[in-house]
Amino acid sequence: MALLELNSISVHYGRIQALHEMSIHVDEGEIVSLIGANGAGKTTTMRAIAGLLGLSAGSIQFDGGDVSKTKAHLRVIRGMSLAPEGRGIFPAMTVLENLDMGAFARKDKSSMDADFARVFDLFPRLKERSKQAGGTLSGGEQQMLAIGRALMAHPKLLLLDEPSMGLAPQFIRQIFRIVKEVNEQGTTVLLVEQNANQALKLAHRAYVLETGHITREGSGAEVAADPAVRAAYLGA
Amino acid sequence: MHGLVTSLATVDSSWIQFDWSNLFQNFWPATFDGMTFGAIYALVALGYTLVYGVLNLINFAHSEVFISGAYAVVFTLSALGFGPNPPHLSLIAIIGDLLLACIAAMIVSAIVALIVERVAYKPLRDRGAPRLAYLISAIGASFAIQYIFFNWRSSNAEPAVIMFNPKPIFDVFGTIIDSQQLTIVIAAIVMMVATDQFIRRTRLGRGIRAVAQDPDTATLMGVNKERIIMSTFVIGGILAGAGALFYVMKVPSGVIYNGGFILGIKAFTAAVLGGIGNIRGALLGGLLLGMIGNYGQYLLGDAQWTDVVSFIVLVLVLMVRPEGILGSNLAKVRA
Repeated sequence: MALLELNSISVHYGRIQALHEMSIHVDEGEIVSLIGANGAGKTTTMRAIAGLLGLSAGSIQFDGGDVSKTKAHLRVIRGMSLAPEGRGIFPAMTVLENLDMGAFARKDKSSMDADFARVFDLFPRLKERSKQAGGTLSGGEQQMLAIGRALMAHPKLLLLDEPSMGLAPQFIRQIFRIVKEVNEQGTTVLLVEQNANQALKLAHRAYVLETGHITREGSGAEVAADPAVRAAYLGA
Repeated sequence: MHGLVTSLATVDSSWIQFDWSNLFQNFWPATFDGMTFGAIYALVALGYTLVYGVLNLINFAHSEVFISGAYAVVFTLSALGFGPNPPHLSLIAIIGDLLLACIAAMIVSAIVALIVERVAYKPLRDRGAPRLAYLISAIGASFAIQYIFFNWRSSNAEPAVIMFNPKPIFDVFGTIIDSQQLTIVIAAIVMMVATDQFIRRTRLGRGIRAVAQDPDTATLMGVNKERIIMSTFVIGGILAGAGALFYVMKVPSGVIYNGGFILGIKAFTAAVLGGIGNIRGALLGGLLLGMIGNYGQYLLGDAQWTDVVSFIVLVLVLMVRPEGILGSNLAKVRA
């Protein structure tokens, strides 16, 4: 069953069209990767799903309802959570306060302690830094914090925008391992990546986005085996 | 005359004189009285600082939010029988009446602040207007409210309402501190500490901080940005309402249609001096500005100099340390 469905969505920045009648879906329990070059519209897609950008055409279905016109902060309450590109850490808040912000929209705060424990279990580094201001963390630590914070919302759908960007290889491996773990614990994931190699290995299904159009789709392995994809994104 | 008096002008009737002995003799009274005014500036300064923090916008109509509260104080107290002479009432009755006036002022100021936000800023935000548009809109809102009061209440000041006769409480360095100064400074500090804690500890406060630091990400956390913005204006209005009560206490005949203008700019100066966007900075900036203005008055021999000195301070701060004493926001985001 599709948890998220984009039906022919178009997004414009002023007169410039960034997404062209794009349709993708993410089924419950899946990891879906959306790969593409810089400027292909990956971040635009994520911001449109999260509600930070409005649609000029098409619709977004989420968890059995149309959310096309739903305000961004209400989409969070309905169960989607985006760890945005650039991480969006609140620089003057501590790691703990940042995580706490992740749970801002939740009505049920009974399991907060367990949630903190889960995030610290996934990212022991964050526990060491829990009293430190978010702005003083390294890039990798900020990415961990962004993902941990998104998880604090108990999302049905976790949206990750370029989680590997700017990170050292050992952090990238760790982040992808944790994405897999989170998915195995029952969270559906939509992952946007330039790091196509890792993203396709991890994904159940994948889409290729080129200048605002979906050009290929299939299982992670199928897409990875496509000669054009190999040439353009996998350096093979 | 004193040897310490130095004169800048060569003509006989020198118009500017530095009377250091006057300043030294009156140093402590100038300090304590300056703190009283400073506490009022600080309460009003918080409104500028909070809104700036959330919207990166100087709400120049905040001076009218303040003066609306001052009108509410005068009307409420007049209705309760206060007038040009101190009332013959028990202490409890006076406190009760002042609380009533304070609540009335808070409500009126909060409503005016909310109207300003919805009418003057929200439509601009919805269409992504350039920053200059907000400034023009702010000035427009400021004049519109001023001239509503002008048309309604004429160009004259409201008749004075005296709340109580200040009584000496104790003395410090040979200077008597009276009940009025003590009430204003303590009440203002209590309110500022409460605001600071509110922003730090409550859910709404966390939402305000999140929007101030990163509005888009705050939205992604489920924070309703529009509600946060409105709350910020309301909190600023409530504090300006309290400031209005103390202002009328200190300047009983100072309620006039354009009476918010100078005080508003001084409160803005206090916010910039302490570091705009910084709540503790507003308190520090307010107290300092109140004292500096008073020192200027004694040094130069005339109350008219208070404003000159205050605005020289504003210019100096903007030149030398635009981020203020405690803050850092203005340097990051330039208007």
